[in-house]
Amino acid sequence: MIPVNWYLYLALALFAIGLFGFVGRRNVIIMLLSIEIMLNAANVALAALGTKMQDVTGHILVFFVIAVAAAEAAIGLSLVVLLYKRFREVHMDEVRMLKG
Amino acid sequence: MHGEMLHQMAHLVQSGEAVRYSAQALHYTVWIPGLPLLAAVITLIFGRWYIRDRAHWIPCLAVFGSFLLSLKALWDVIHGVWANFDLFSWVVASTVKVSVGFQIDPLSVMMLAMVSCLSFLIHVYSIGYMADDPGYYRFFSYISLFTFSMFMLVSANNFLQLYFGWEAVGLCSYLLIGFWYEKKSAADAAKKAFIVNRFGDFGFALGVFLVFVYFGSLYYQEVFPRVHEVIAGKSLYLLGHPVAVPSLIALLLFCGALGKSAQFPLHVWLPDAMEGPTPVSALIHAATMVTAGVFMVSRCHAIFELSEVAMLAVAAAGTITCFMAATIAPTQFDIKRVIAYSTLSQLGYMFMACGVGAFAAGMFHLFTHAYFKALLFLGAGSVIHAMHHAPDPNDMRNMGGLKKYMPATYWTFLIASLSISGIPGFAGFFSKDEILASAFFSEYPWGKFVWFVGTLVAAITAFYSFRVVFMAFHGEFRGREVIHGEPHESPKVMTIPLMLLALGAIVSGWIGIPEVLGGGSHFAHFMAPVLGHHAFHAAKSLELGLMAISVAAGLLGIFAAWLAYVKRPSLQYLFPRRLPVVYRYLYRKWYWDEIYLYLLVKPTLWVADTVVALIVDTFAIEGTVNGLPQTVRFVGGGLRRFQSGVVQHYALIMALGAFALMILLHYYF
Repeated sequence: MIPVNWYLYLALALFAIGLFGFVGRRNVIIMLLSIEIMLNAANVALAALGTKMQDVTGHILVFFVIAVAAAEAAIGLSLVVLLYKRFREVHMDEVRMLKG
Repeated sequence: MHGEMLHQMAHLVQSGEAVRYSAQALHYTVWIPGLPLLAAVITLIFGRWYIRDRAHWIPCLAVFGSFLLSLKALWDVIHGVWANFDLFSWVVASTVKVSVGFQIDPLSVMMLAMVSCLSFLIHVYSIGYMADDPGYYRFFSYISLFTFSMFMLVSANNFLQLYFGWEAVGLCSYLLIGFWYEKKSAADAAKKAFIVNRFGDFGFALGVFLVFVYFGSLYYQEVFPRVHEVIAGKSLYLLGHPVAVPSLIALLLFCGALGKSAQFPLHVWLPDAMEGPTPVSALIHAATMVTAGVFMVSRCHAIFELSEVAMLAVAAAGTITCFMAATIAPTQFDIKRVIAYSTLSQLGYMFMACGVGAFAAGMFHLFTHAYFKALLFLGAGSVIHAMHHAPDPNDMRNMGGLKKYMPATYWTFLIASLSISGIPGFAGFFSKDEILASAFFSEYPWGKFVWFVGTLVAAITAFYSFRVVFMAFHGEFRGREVIHGEPHESPKVMTIPLMLLALGAIVSGWIGIPEVLGGGSHFAHFMAPVLGHHAFHAAKSLELGLMAISVAAGLLGIFAAWLAYVKRPSLQYLFPRRLPVVYRYLYRKWYWDEIYLYLLVKPTLWVADTVVALIVDTFAIEGTVNGLPQTVRFVGGGLRRFQSGVVQHYALIMALGAFALMILLHYYF
C-alpha cells in the first residue's frame, strides 16, 4: 500500500508545474494546458484522500472537476481562436489591452 | 338612562372626584378627524388631473359629515356620556406608551362643534372666493388637512397627540399662507409664521418633556388629576437656582401658546399671515388655529393654577397684546390687517381671562369670537373680491360707499362689528363682559388692572371696527379709477355663509347669558366639570354697573368713529398732524418688525455669512467634498501600477494571495 502522502507530494508537484507553466510560459495554449495540469493535480489529491478516508465525496468531486475542466477547455480554446483572430497573436505578453 | 348618568355626573362633580370617562362610548368620533383626512388625501392625489374644478365636493361633504358627527357628540356629551379611548398604539418604547386617542368631554366637544361648523361654512364660501384659481384642488386639500389637524389637536387625550395636532396646524398654516407662493411677500410671510412659531414650539416641547419626566406618562388622565401630589411645591435646580416645577412646566407650555396664538412677544407673524387667501385668514388665523393656545392653556389649567407666576405671565401677555394690537389697528389702511390686529387684541382678552383664572370665560369668548371674527374676515374677503381689479384690493382708502353695491356683505359685516364692539344682545357682549366681570372680581391681585385695560380696549375696539365699517361701506365710492367700474355683490355661495355666520355672531352668545341678566350661564356650567367653576359673588348692582361701563365704552368708540369718518372727516387727520411721532410709532406697529430685524435676523445672517459660511462651508464641507476624491485619485494612482495588462502577473498575484491565505489559515485558526 502506497502511503497517502506520496500521492499528495505528486499532487503538489503537478500543481507547482502547472502554476509555473501558467505564469512562466507566454503561449496561451501552453497556459491552458497548465491549467489542466493544475486541475488534475487537485484531482489526484481528491481521489487519494477520498480513498484514504473511505469517503466517496472525494471521488464525486473528481468527476465534477473533470466535467468543469472539459467545459473550461472548450471555452478556453474558443477564446484562443477569438484572440488569434483579433490580434494575430498567441503570446500573452504581447496582448496588454488591460494595462491601467 | 341619560337622567341617571346626569345624576351620577352631578354627584361626582359635587364630591370633587373626576368624572369617569367611558372607554366604550362615542367611538364614532374617530370619523370627525377621519373624514377630512380622507378628503384631503383623495383631493391632493386625484385633484390635479381628475377632479380639478370639482375639487370642492369631497372636502365640503366630508367636513359637513364631521359637523353632523360633532353635533351628535355634543348631544351625547350634554347627556353625560363622556369618552376617553385609544384608537391604536403610536409610540411604545419601554416605559413610554402613547396612543392615538380621543378624549371627548365638554371642552373638546365644544371645540369640535365650533371648528367643524366654521370650517364647513368657510369651505362653502371658498367655492366662490377661490373659483378659477389654478391651485383650486390644492386649496381644498390643504384646508381639509387643516381641519383634520385641528380636530386631532382638540380631541387628543394625551400631550403627544396634542403636539402632533399643534405642529400639523402649523404646517397647514404655512402651506396656506404661502398658497400663492409665486408672490414673494406670501412666501416670506409663510416662512416668518413658521419660524416664529418654532420659538414657541421649542418651549412647548420642553414643557411636554418635563411633564413626562415628572408624571411618567403623557395621558391627560394620568397627569391632571395628579398634579397636586406630583409637582405641587416641588422645585428643581436650573443653573444652580431653585425653580418651582409647576411654574417651569406652565411657562414652557405657555411659550407654545404665545407662538400659536400670536401673543406678545411672538405676535409678529399673524399680521403678515394675511398674505394668504382670505378664507384661510378667516378659518386659521382668526377663528380656529390661533385659539389653540387658549385651548391648550385651558386644557392644562390644573398645572397653570398651581403657579402664580405662570398666571401672571398669561395675564401680562394677554393684557400687553390686547392693548398693543388695539392701538395699532386704527392706524392701518389694509382692511385685513385691521382685522388681524383686532384678532390679536381679542386673543389677548382670552388670555386675560385665563390669567385671572376664568378659563370658562376665556373659552366662551373664544367660542363667540370665532363666529364674529370669521364673519369679519369673510366680509372683508367679499369686499376684496369686489375690488380685485385694484392694484391693492385691500386698501380701504379706495373703498367707501360699498353699502349700496353689496348690501348682504354690509349688513353681515355690521352685525359682526356690533358683536365685537360689545353691543348688548350680540354675542361679543356676553363673552367680553364675562371676562371683564371675572377680572374685576378675581382673587388675583392683577384682576382690577386687567379689567381696566380690557374696558379701555373695548372702546378702542369699537372705534377701529366701526372705522372699517364707515371707511369701506359708507360715504362715496372712491375706487372707480382703480377698479375701472362698479363693485358687485359676491355670488350666493359666498353671501349665504356670511348670513349663517351673522346668525352665529348674534346667537352664539345666548348660551352664556349671565345670571344677572336673567340667563342661566349655561356655557360656564357646561364647562365646569372640566375647567372648574370660578363663581364670583358680587352685588348685582356692581355687576350691572361694570356692564354699563363697558357698553358705554363701546358706544363711545362707535360715536368717535362716526364723528371722525362720517360727520367731520377732517378730524381723522388731527391725530397724525398733532402727534406725528406717536402716530408713526403706531403706524409702524410699535417697530417690532424692525426690532426683531436688528436684534435677531441681522445677527443671525451675520453669523451665517461669516462664521458658518467661512468655517463650516469652506473648511469642513468643501474640504470633505474636495478632499475625498483627491485622496481616491492619489491612492488609485499608486495602485494602477499593478494593472500591467499581462495575464501572468495577475495569475502570480492570485497564487501568492492564495498561498498567503493558506499560511494565515494554518497559523491563526
